[in-house]
Amino acid sequence: MAWQWFHRLGSPKWFYEKTSLWLPYLSIASVLLFVVGAIWGLGFAPEDYKQGNSFRIIYVHVPSSIVAMAGYYIMAVAGAVGLIWKMKLSFVVMRCAAIIGIGLTFLSLFTGAVWGKPTWGTYWHWDARIMFTFVLLLLYISIMALHNAYAKNDLADKICAILALVGTVNIPIIYKSVDWWYSLHQPATIKITDESTIAASMAYPLGIMVVAFYALYSLLLILHVRAEILQRERKTSWVKNIVLSVSQKR
Amino acid sequence: MNKPQPPAYTTSAISFSFWPFIGLSLKREWLLVFRNRADIANPLIFFFSILMFVPLGITPDAKVLSSIAPGLIWIIALLATLLSLDRLFVVDFENGSLDQMMVSGQSMFWIVMCKCLVHWSVTGLPLTLLSPVLGLMLSLPTTAYIALMASLLLGTFVLSMIGAVGASLLVSLKKGGVLLSLIVMPLYVPVLIFGSGAVNNAAVGLSVTGQFAILGAMVLLAMVLAPLAAAAAIIISLRNH
Amino acid sequence: MTHQLTHQLELSNITCERDDSLLFVDLSYLFSAGDTVQIRGENGAGKTTLLRIIAGLSDLYEGSITFNKLAHRSIDFFNNLLYLGHDSGVDASLTPLENLRWYTGLNAQDVSTLEMLDALNQVGLMGYEYTPCSELSAGQKRRTALARLFCSKALIWILDEPFTAIDVTGVEKLCQLFSQHTASGGVLLITSHQPIDLPHLHTLDLQDFKPLAQNSVTAYLPPGVKDE
Repeated sequence: MAWQWFHRLGSPKWFYEKTSLWLPYLSIASVLLFVVGAIWGLGFAPEDYKQGNSFRIIYVHVPSSIVAMAGYYIMAVAGAVGLIWKMKLSFVVMRCAAIIGIGLTFLSLFTGAVWGKPTWGTYWHWDARIMFTFVLLLLYISIMALHNAYAKNDLADKICAILALVGTVNIPIIYKSVDWWYSLHQPATIKITDESTIAASMAYPLGIMVVAFYALYSLLLILHVRAEILQRERKTSWVKNIVLSVSQKR
Repeated sequence: MNKPQPPAYTTSAISFSFWPFIGLSLKREWLLVFRNRADIANPLIFFFSILMFVPLGITPDAKVLSSIAPGLIWIIALLATLLSLDRLFVVDFENGSLDQMMVSGQSMFWIVMCKCLVHWSVTGLPLTLLSPVLGLMLSLPTTAYIALMASLLLGTFVLSMIGAVGASLLVSLKKGGVLLSLIVMPLYVPVLIFGSGAVNNAAVGLSVTGQFAILGAMVLLAMVLAPLAAAAAIIISLRNH
Repeated sequence: MTHQLTHQLELSNITCERDDSLLFVDLSYLFSAGDTVQIRGENGAGKTTLLRIIAGLSDLYEGSITFNKLAHRSIDFFNNLLYLGHDSGVDASLTPLENLRWYTGLNAQDVSTLEMLDALNQVGLMGYEYTPCSELSAGQKRRTALARLFCSKALIWILDEPFTAIDVTGVEKLCQLFSQHTASGGVLLITSHQPIDLPHLHTLDLQDFKPLAQNSVTAYLPPGVKDE
């Protein structure tokens, strides 16, 4: 049946076995992308004529912001799939995506602050993007906190999926309203450079770094999901066999 | 004729009708609120008592106060709504009323809607009616009073609706408190922006139609989606706890 | 009378897992009009869970339940159902009459105030109709919930420990009502720690459906891959 692959994808055991095969390739790909992107961006891309070398932090800041945002949708879609098709694996993905999402939004805020000091003379300025990322961090944290508050994974998964979906409806509204809010309050002294004018020689390594971050995100997500699967399926025989075979090798 | 017979036992006695059911639910909720009025009155009193800290903590200068009044009144309204949300569904969960609502076969969507309407009518509505007094105490420019009341009237309704979603997500935990605030706060961002934005604009004599159009859209969106999400969360909580 | 015999509630292969342990496996049973069935089992065997599953209040099971060969949890099923759990939906800040009025209204039953007062009288709450339930004793609160039975027109009664905190005469009166209900074609599912004296009493013992080994290898697998 056409649906068989879909259900098989929902089987933690199948996922665990398949990803064991993918992991080496994905690891190599993300390391390669990172090395190329970082060396190109940090070493060979030209200096910014106004910001000097400090602009190079965008090679971490921009990709982490983009993937943090996309990660929320990955999480919400995983939650929706779990609710609709009652797929436990999908809920595991949702939970793990929330944890990685917190890390990425934090990284985005942190690198933004580090970038802000030499460029605009302040670590923190409430502009639209910082405000939105801050709200995104809170949305991620609320999912984590809600999940941890429940003792049973089953119920926690479903409840968090609903919150993730509610957040998904809200994110465009929050994004637009924060944008509008800042356009009213923007002080004249701080003018943020428009990134659409970025030179091609700077943009290519940035593109590579964005892809590298996506690869890293997938890698982390798969690793985290595998760990969570082992934890949740610890009573099943296939997990017991894996654990036994590992301990026998030692 | 293998067709299963209609259940002759009861159908004659039972006929589902919508408006009596809505009337019944609203009546019950109001009765419950009236009997437990302290639960609702305390957040409102909190709303007022926070006010004295503003001149004490910031400044009694009327000029400064009038410039921060729109945002401040809105933040206070938001916090007061949050405080009163805690027990919205928990009591009915604990005493088994939600079970009875489920096995009655009635729509959880409308049950949640009635609860939200009643919650708003005893928190948002009084807050709106009290807001001119707050405006007066915080030296809000006179041009902003209508915008303040109108924005609170619409905005607090959205706050109640979104808050109900938060409360429903925590219903089987039997504890809300800080976690409820954490969940609901980020979702309140747009309401606060457009609510206080409208009052700010009115205070300096700018147009407020845009803000009110968006607040109105939020009311409609919240009316459809919030009870849907809350009902789903309640049903899932009941059936999986 | 014959058409009433077509009413049936069928459980097929119900398996229930809670908190990583199997409570009962492959439970099948057919409840027909006129049946009185007592659910038996030790503490923690899953009596309440089974009643909640049948009442449509729990998703923690696999298997199928049909009412008159049609899907469980339909409007038709809920219209025919009266469920009384441990927490029976009596609000402490309402009076017994208000509680009863809300219940009959919620279930769209056309019951006059006079009939409700009579039902409260039947359960011995005369004189307490207008006292908030928070001021009543545990037994009286339970009686407030039980008053629903005296004005209910539902076909299936699912009662979880209805006799808790009820005295001997109260139990007798309830048993009388139960026999009337089943005699007129109703179905009664009941759990009780006390011995029940009812005619034609069937028992469903959860001991008979206990799993052999307490292990759940397939619990997390979606349907279709269990054989892997």
